[in-house]
Amino acid sequence: MPVVEEYYDVAVVGAGHAGCEAALACARLGLETIIFTVSIESIAMMPCNPNIGGSSKGHLVREIDALGGQMGINIDKTFIQSKMLNKSKGPAVHSLRAQADKAAYSMEMRKTLENTDHLTVRQAEVSEIIVEDHQLRGVKTFSGAVYYCKAAVLCTGTYLNARCLYGDVVNHTGPNGLQAANHLTDSLVKNGIEMFRFKTGTPARMDKRTIDFSKMTEQFGDEKIVPFSFTTDPEDVQIDQVSCWLTYTNPETHRIIRENLERSPLFSGMIEGTGPRYCPSIEDKVVKFAEKDRHQVFIEPEGINTNEMYVGGMSSSLPEDVQYAMYRTVPGLEHAKIVRNAYAIEYDCINPRQLYPSLEFKEIHGLFSGGQFNGSSGYEEAAAQGLIAGINAAMKIKGREPLILDRSESYIGVLIDDLVTKDNHEPYRMMTSRAEYRLLLRQDNADLRLTKKGYEAGLISRERYERVVWKEKMIEEEIRRVESINIGANASVQSLLESFGSQPLNTGTGLAELIRRPELNYDMLAPIDPDRPELPDDVREQVNINIKYEGYIRRQIKQVKQFKKLENKKLPKNLDYDQVSGLRMEAQQKLNLYQPVSIGQASRISGVSPADISVLLVYLEQLHYKEKKANESVGQE
Amino acid sequence: MKTDTIAAIATAMSNSGIGIVRISGDEALQVADRIFVPKKGTKKVSEMDSHTIHYGYVRDGEETVDEVMLLIMKAPNSYTREDTVEIDCHGGVLVMKRLLETVLKYGARPAEPGEFTKRAFLNGRIDLSQAESVIDIINAKNDFALKSSVSQLKGAVLNKIKELRAVVIHQIAFIESALDDPEHISIDGYAEELKQITENLKNEVTGLLKSADNGRILKEGINTVIVGKPNAGKSSLMNILVGQERAIVTDIAGTTRDILEEQIQLGGISLNIIDTAGIRDTEDIVEKIGVTKSKEYLEKADLVIYVADSSTKLDENDLQIIASIQDKKAIVLLNKSDLEAVTTRDILSSKLDKTIIEFSAKENTGIQELENTIKDMFLQGEVSFNDEVYITNIRQKNALEETKKSLEMVLKSIDDGMPEDFYSIDLMNAYEELGSIIGESVGEDLVNEIFSKFCMGK
Repeated sequence: MPVVEEYYDVAVVGAGHAGCEAALACARLGLETIIFTVSIESIAMMPCNPNIGGSSKGHLVREIDALGGQMGINIDKTFIQSKMLNKSKGPAVHSLRAQADKAAYSMEMRKTLENTDHLTVRQAEVSEIIVEDHQLRGVKTFSGAVYYCKAAVLCTGTYLNARCLYGDVVNHTGPNGLQAANHLTDSLVKNGIEMFRFKTGTPARMDKRTIDFSKMTEQFGDEKIVPFSFTTDPEDVQIDQVSCWLTYTNPETHRIIRENLERSPLFSGMIEGTGPRYCPSIEDKVVKFAEKDRHQVFIEPEGINTNEMYVGGMSSSLPEDVQYAMYRTVPGLEHAKIVRNAYAIEYDCINPRQLYPSLEFKEIHGLFSGGQFNGSSGYEEAAAQGLIAGINAAMKIKGREPLILDRSESYIGVLIDDLVTKDNHEPYRMMTSRAEYRLLLRQDNADLRLTKKGYEAGLISRERYERVVWKEKMIEEEIRRVESINIGANASVQSLLESFGSQPLNTGTGLAELIRRPELNYDMLAPIDPDRPELPDDVREQVNINIKYEGYIRRQIKQVKQFKKLENKKLPKNLDYDQVSGLRMEAQQKLNLYQPVSIGQASRISGVSPADISVLLVYLEQLHYKEKKANESVGQE
Repeated sequence: MKTDTIAAIATAMSNSGIGIVRISGDEALQVADRIFVPKKGTKKVSEMDSHTIHYGYVRDGEETVDEVMLLIMKAPNSYTREDTVEIDCHGGVLVMKRLLETVLKYGARPAEPGEFTKRAFLNGRIDLSQAESVIDIINAKNDFALKSSVSQLKGAVLNKIKELRAVVIHQIAFIESALDDPEHISIDGYAEELKQITENLKNEVTGLLKSADNGRILKEGINTVIVGKPNAGKSSLMNILVGQERAIVTDIAGTTRDILEEQIQLGGISLNIIDTAGIRDTEDIVEKIGVTKSKEYLEKADLVIYVADSSTKLDENDLQIIASIQDKKAIVLLNKSDLEAVTTRDILSSKLDKTIIEFSAKENTGIQELENTIKDMFLQGEVSFNDEVYITNIRQKNALEETKKSLEMVLKSIDDGMPEDFYSIDLMNAYEELGSIIGESVGEDLVNEIFSKFCMGK
């Protein structure tokens, strides 16, 4: 029987946030790329919260942008409200979050995919991967069509063997009632891939016309909006914003939930998957934090052209009738009509320790993966992995070194390192506390950290790269200038200090010292710094931060130096650790399982002790010596 | 702040003539600069030539620690191929300990077990054929360090540190959960509260540090086991010894004393006294355990004090004891010397070739002689105790110092009006340092604490 057979460089399976980034990266790097989705309408769909960014996730979006990804640009074009979180805290935890018009977000991304050269969009369910001798050869769709390719990126999100549940209702679909992908798991398992089953959930959507907003507190966006993308002109994002609304649950809500707990599939044991702890359902919160008599509920618009409102904070898998009863106890929702029920969703994903930090499978060359398929959660986490998986699929085909970001240079590096190195038992979410060098990994300097890497990979234009090089130089020169300036205790200085409620000077001091005062900053001191050059906003911001937090930043830079030493000691691939004498048995087993790429990564595997690391260092040294000897003897012949 | 410059005592921890403290790493010369004052001239250590020896003093601020000889070996011409400074000081456990502590205070960190050898190897100093033995050294030393470090901690100290850690991680989790989910959790006004908590933590750590100075953190000292048949006067002896304890009486607040073990100082020497009377009490219940325990204690003992009752005949119990301590360092106390002697010095010395001291718990005689005997045995090296205990103590003290520094940084950040996210950086360091004392790493602790204690959004 004749079947369709086509040839591509790269096949991307799934067109969610990970798949879109992966496909765009490959196509933009000139590779013939095909992206599969079960539904063209669901490209870059946001099936849960209607926003992009937030604490630490905003950092990820900035990093994606600096590397040449699409998410930041896409949200800048389609957001309806924007807020910089934690503005009163240190710069490392400032985080941008924007409410998205979901439909517009999806449509805008679809438009981008459809108009990218070398990219083919195809609606089909991929049901098999074709692997020969540990090498990926292609993918096969449910209809039997075969797409041969040199690399594939799996970004199946929450669709693999998905089922949606509330009460005793079970729908064998993906999110939003979309068709699930019920065949690929079998093929993956046949190819020796270890699967996990995870679970997550989403709250109900309400009809805006049935909500009484007068009982809620209005939540506005920022007055001055900051874009996500370094390429977006700030002038272009100063739009009229839409509000969100804050209300609360109460003891009555909690009573209804408690009385109906046994009707939840979570408590009855019908749900097998492991859910995330940071995104608990309202029933989880009521049980676990029984002492709290109210929880916040954020009512957020799903878009401009829809009346649907997202009920943030109240995800649930309780039965339909209980959902009605519980939501209607919340002030302002007394007469609310549900447009879509809340539900829990279960899906297959992989144990991510099967991946290298390049996101390529250790056992199947040419097979990459990203997003929720790798056991993460969140749009931003997905997009970040999709981008890296896509870039590395391209690097592999081009015969170049993979792009691996480490923990000291990006949140993306922390995210991927955590996924592939640590035991992961729940959907993984990014948090600023996971980044040990977070003072250096700020959202404001993502361009300085990563644009060069994006340029080297081929996703950033020369012009954009040169702007960053210039910016770096400007920052450095200005910091040096500021540090050399002394300020005398004269009248104009004293009156300026006084006007900001800052202690007057007893004697002269450095300008930098004044900038370090908590109530002052670089810009405020312009009047007493007459030789100050005219500099763009983003340069002044960096100068201010670097001077203000200089002591802390210096300490972290020192720590990073130590960290890099072990990170740069690479371990050979497919090393049999049973042959490394002196390692403890537990360490041998773990190291064989994880096959770390560096001594640094090895040191973060649980069950590998500092003594084991010393043994590995000694072993590595021996190995290098032997190699050197071997090379020398070849040279002599 | 951790550096990559390491230090350790290179000689055995005994009361020998000369002790050596070795420093190696990028900042070895700078560390030495900070503490060494040459007898002649004002040349800085970093300006001195390689492979030269200098005479002078090690100072900790105003205080002179010891009169020393300083050897400078600049990279790559040293054992580790790094800049290395060796400080030859007077032998003696306390001097070496004090010197090492000073070196650590001024910027080095305690070397990991086997680390000098490891560095020598990694820097190409040791032949590759010796790789196996390098691994053996690392493993042996680590095994020992693992076994010793936590087991030497007193139970009360262990609990205290766990308690402090729980407080620290809770504060971090609170800050972090608020940073992660600012719309659900607010930390406005938290600085004042945290300041109070951090002050308390600092006081607790300072208390622990004092205890460490007084040797109260570890079960260090000469393991001394008191044996004797029931009623021979073991408990009376114990009471006299403990009652005489002068130098260190401050116990750590809020902790209970070990029932079986007491630490005392006798003539300036630490004794870790184990009263087997306590063991005997349990014997009735589970006889076997009691006997095994007694034997275990005897085996571990550095010194045995056998209390014999001179007013009664030697019985089956006495003979058993005499048999079991033949090969041990032991002192015999002939108690009840105030009463008429049934068992005499002669009878005992015919069965046991040990020092015999006549003693009366009642009249409090013989204690001075006991003290002198123990002191002589120690100074002549007849009894000693495990070196590693001191090393462990220095390591743990260093970790406490680092904890204290980190807490001070938190206080400074609060006073400087820094935003909350800066507090958790130093709190985390404190948490890590405390963990290193009890052999626990950070792992997923923070994330677990955040999710279990704070209700996070969405």
